Amino acid sequence: MWKSSRREDEVTTHTNEPSTTGHPTAPAATAPPRPAEPVRDTTRSSEIATIGKSVVVKGELSGSEDLVVDGEVEGSIALRGQSLTIGPNGRVRANVEARNVILHGRVDGDIHASERVELRKSASLSGDITTARISIEDGAFFKGTIDIQKPEPAPKIEPRPQVPAAAAVPAAGTSAQGSLLEPKKV
Amino acid sequence: MRPASFFRQLPDLANLTSPRHRKIGGRATQPIQWCAVAPGIFSRMFGGSGRQGAEGEFISGEKISRRSTGFNEFIRAISREEGLKILDLGSTSPANITFMTGLGHKFHQEDVLRSASDKSLIIPNGDGGTTIDVHRYFDENLDFEREEFDAVMFWDLADFLPEPLVKPLIGRIQVAMKPGGILFALFHTKDAGPDSPFYRYNIASKDTLELQPARAFRLQRIFNNRHVETLFREYSSIKFFLGRDNIREVLVTR
Repeated sequence: MWKSSRREDEVTTHTNEPSTTGHPTAPAATAPPRPAEPVRDTTRSSEIATIGKSVVVKGELSGSEDLVVDGEVEGSIALRGQSLTIGPNGRVRANVEARNVILHGRVDGDIHASERVELRKSASLSGDITTARISIEDGAFFKGTIDIQKPEPAPKIEPRPQVPAAAAVPAAGTSAQGSLLEPKKV
Repeated sequence: MRPASFFRQLPDLANLTSPRHRKIGGRATQPIQWCAVAPGIFSRMFGGSGRQGAEGEFISGEKISRRSTGFNEFIRAISREEGLKILDLGSTSPANITFMTGLGHKFHQEDVLRSASDKSLIIPNGDGGTTIDVHRYFDENLDFEREEFDAVMFWDLADFLPEPLVKPLIGRIQVAMKPGGILFALFHTKDAGPDSPFYRYNIASKDTLELQPARAFRLQRIFNNRHVETLFREYSSIKFFLGRDNIREVLVTR
């Protein structure tokens, strides 16, 4: 994918585009033709884009597939719902947003991960972390603030009590009656 | 022959693990810069486990558990409510991060000793020697808002930091702490020698610290109680705890 050494101002990944990595060419016309089936994206879970160690990217980086950065990125990285791995040679000067972030290299910038952040022993992070879970290996360097955000519980839908239709009609004064249940303000 | 200041500390030695509450004040005195004092109890207790390394180099060694009355009180104070902002000025410790975030607090990490060992901060002092560029250090580090933190874990950094940074650092922290906020610090006693190892302090539980040999920083000086009071004289109160291993624990209130 991004193994080339070209320098771009903006790099955006699109999963709808056909991927050329990791798909062996189908054998030529050995199987009999089948009726058309809906196309299933069986490769989606294994799609990982890579920025090699000789690649330098400046600008906004966004996408919806997992990404490994082993080169340099300056700007911002937004991979909502996907995982970002910054390799040992990775140097990122950017704010990062992803589902999971695994850091072996160096980041100067804030990390916002909806699920998990892992700082491995070779990691160096100068910036703030906002995440639900974090793991930090011995030897990792960190300078910044960690804010653990607890996942919000799913809203409970309470069953509505079955009331007779007549009782469901609010009578005059019922709202005032309801307020009696509230604690009195002194 | 023991110096006179040794005898002034005798009342503290009699008060093992019992807290003493003092209002800060009194005259300014200079801390004792470390010179040729034989390695004492502290280094004998803790000195044998780690390998000596070059300044700033990571060393490995056996971890030591240490019960801490002062730290227990520190944790009690910050456990009353969630969502406090805690500042850890020691080495990055996964255990500390896990513990503090587990209490529901925000956690800020800044390794002041590591940043102070940046060789590019060394400048000539005009007398043919060198010193640390204090202005640049504070431009690049400890950039906090006023009254940002509820609690600070200072550990024993004052004994290891370069001399020009100690007082400005304490002043910077005071500005960054909320009124009523607390700071936990440790100070070596006179029995500590220059080879006293530098430890990373990991929180094992609310009253137990795990000391892990870390980078090979050299003990720079020793503060007696008067020096500690002077160091924190802009704060509102200070409380001393003396443990059996002759390391003083101090709880300071902003």
